[in-house]
Amino acid sequence: MFRKTLKSIILCAVAFASTNLHSQSSSPIKIGAFVARTGQASFLGEPAKKTLELFVADLNKAGGIKGRPVELILYDSKTSAKDAAEIIRRLVDQDKVDLIVGGTSTGETMAVVPFVEESRIPFVSLAGATIIVDPVKKYVFKTPHTDRMSVERIYKSVKADKGTRVAILSGAGGYDQSCRKHAKDLAPAYAIQLVSDEQHGTGDTDVTVQLTNIRSARADAILYCGFGAPSAIVAKNHKQLKLAARLYMTVGVASKAYIEGAEGAAEGSRVTSAPIIAYKDLPPSDPSYAVTRKFVESYLAAYKEEPSGFAGNAYDGILLATEALKAAGTTDKEKVRAALENLKNVPGINGVYNMSPTDHLGITADSLRIMEVKGKEFRLIP
Amino acid sequence: MVDFAQFLIAGLSQGAIYGLVAIGFSVIFRATHIVNFAQGEFVMIGGLGTAGGIALGLPPLLAALMAVLVGVVAALALDRIVVRLAQAAPIILLVIVTIGASVAMRGAAQVAWGRNFYSIPTFVGSDPIQIGEVTVMPQAILILFVALAIAAALDVFFRRSRFGKAMVAAAINPVAASLMGIELKHVYAVTFLIAGLLGTIAGLLITPLALIQFESGLMFGLKGFAAAIVGGLGSVMGAILGGLLLGVAEALNAGYVSSAYKDAIAFMLLVGVLLLKPEGFFGRSGGKRV
Repeated sequence: MFRKTLKSIILCAVAFASTNLHSQSSSPIKIGAFVARTGQASFLGEPAKKTLELFVADLNKAGGIKGRPVELILYDSKTSAKDAAEIIRRLVDQDKVDLIVGGTSTGETMAVVPFVEESRIPFVSLAGATIIVDPVKKYVFKTPHTDRMSVERIYKSVKADKGTRVAILSGAGGYDQSCRKHAKDLAPAYAIQLVSDEQHGTGDTDVTVQLTNIRSARADAILYCGFGAPSAIVAKNHKQLKLAARLYMTVGVASKAYIEGAEGAAEGSRVTSAPIIAYKDLPPSDPSYAVTRKFVESYLAAYKEEPSGFAGNAYDGILLATEALKAAGTTDKEKVRAALENLKNVPGINGVYNMSPTDHLGITADSLRIMEVKGKEFRLIP
Repeated sequence: MVDFAQFLIAGLSQGAIYGLVAIGFSVIFRATHIVNFAQGEFVMIGGLGTAGGIALGLPPLLAALMAVLVGVVAALALDRIVVRLAQAAPIILLVIVTIGASVAMRGAAQVAWGRNFYSIPTFVGSDPIQIGEVTVMPQAILILFVALAIAAALDVFFRRSRFGKAMVAAAINPVAASLMGIELKHVYAVTFLIAGLLGTIAGLLITPLALIQFESGLMFGLKGFAAAIVGGLGSVMGAILGGLLLGVAEALNAGYVSSAYKDAIAFMLLVGVLLLKPEGFFGRSGGKRV
């Protein structure tokens, strides 16, 4: 009787030990994610979610990271800083993830930064504003071009067309105001004269008043700092008033929804974006050519729609995360962080990433392109 | 001068929409003493309903008709709930019920249409009309014309028609009116029907110019409410004039003062009117009800 019990105890112990051993070699690497699937920034979060899921599924099909599968734990942060701050705690304390990708809006990202720094977990943000990586935060990285880069690119383009007088139109949101501030800061350096600084409210359905003032100011170009539905209204009103000044918009507008929403009024307007939204125009010599083509094809196959620039941000985010995990060869958070910071020459959708201790974005303003709407499509302006 | 005319036309067309929403507030308030905060949602239903119908492959006119039908059904459902509760609950509770209804409608719209923005085509064309140096969208003229025509027609309805007069009577003294054989239930139903109809029509009118999303009703509701107060809650002509006044004030402020505080105008006007002339610019300062 006693022997029998002992035997079964030993058997149990052996069985337990073996499963434990087994799970250590191939237990999944946990990547935590939070994106705004609902709320105002859902147009950023939904493609991000699709991209992250697609990337992880493809990665696991190809054998995961060094034989270990990757598990994606994704939550909807509802475009709410408060929700994001709760989710980050759940990801770190309960789900015990190894690394975090997410934060599709600047508000959600900035809400989690203090906790990320405190709990020392590597975090790749998918939001736009400059403030996320400037000043540099030890554990925080990001992939999208900043609003400041958009303004720089646009000023260069205005100068190339021999323009000097620029009018700013912006909404009330955080991104709008950040972009407006950079537009004012950068103007002297590019010898741009700001002739008008108009704003519109959230939910406004007409901006002809603001554009009339801009017309009176005789601007060469209009810089619209904003995203989402208002951009289509701006384009429509711009056409209605027959403004001669060319309309420029920033990365937040670079999606098909803008062209469709503006119903033909988007023709001739320009936006800044990574070349993914005009991937057909991308020459094979471009460093982003191969990765962009591959991503567009798999996204098209999986979701029957072309990926937006925001999907590209998420792709680069998870790409950098997995590249760092591969380079580190472990899930030790300090080593993964160091690997992220030392990633060099990683071709992504937005450009070639070269991280450094002083640069947690790693791409330059040159990788941002100017697109013009021609024939209801974004076309790359050389 | 050109600028002024351009501001004015923008303000008037925007104000006409506020006015239509404001009439909805006014007629319901007059009949039931309830401020129906779900009023803005009818605008959303008008726009999204039509866009949804078109997406289903319906011809635009049929889709618009369907949207109006949905709006009217929603209004009548709200009437059933509110009037049924009215026997037991105080006014303030009914107002809260309308806020709940507006949240529910927004939620339902989000489930049905998602969070994307939709537009609908217009039959008056989208090429702007040039009048001197001022450019006007044909739709803006249509909005103004339809809003004024509706307000005038409603005014005549309440003054001249038998049922309209009965509605006014029921609003002034429900007990006496019901003793005279006026069926209050019908009066309330027609009031909500008018409000729902006007809201959805406002949605049909504005969507070709702006883009509509499930949350768009909120802003129209708030501005419409401000317009109704400015014009004098309870008066049809006051509501439409209050709407136009608010629209023009917003546009002129944005044009000449600062476009940064455009939305503040509605609420400054609201507070100002409540302090100085609580019965509104065009409302009658009738005796207090006891």
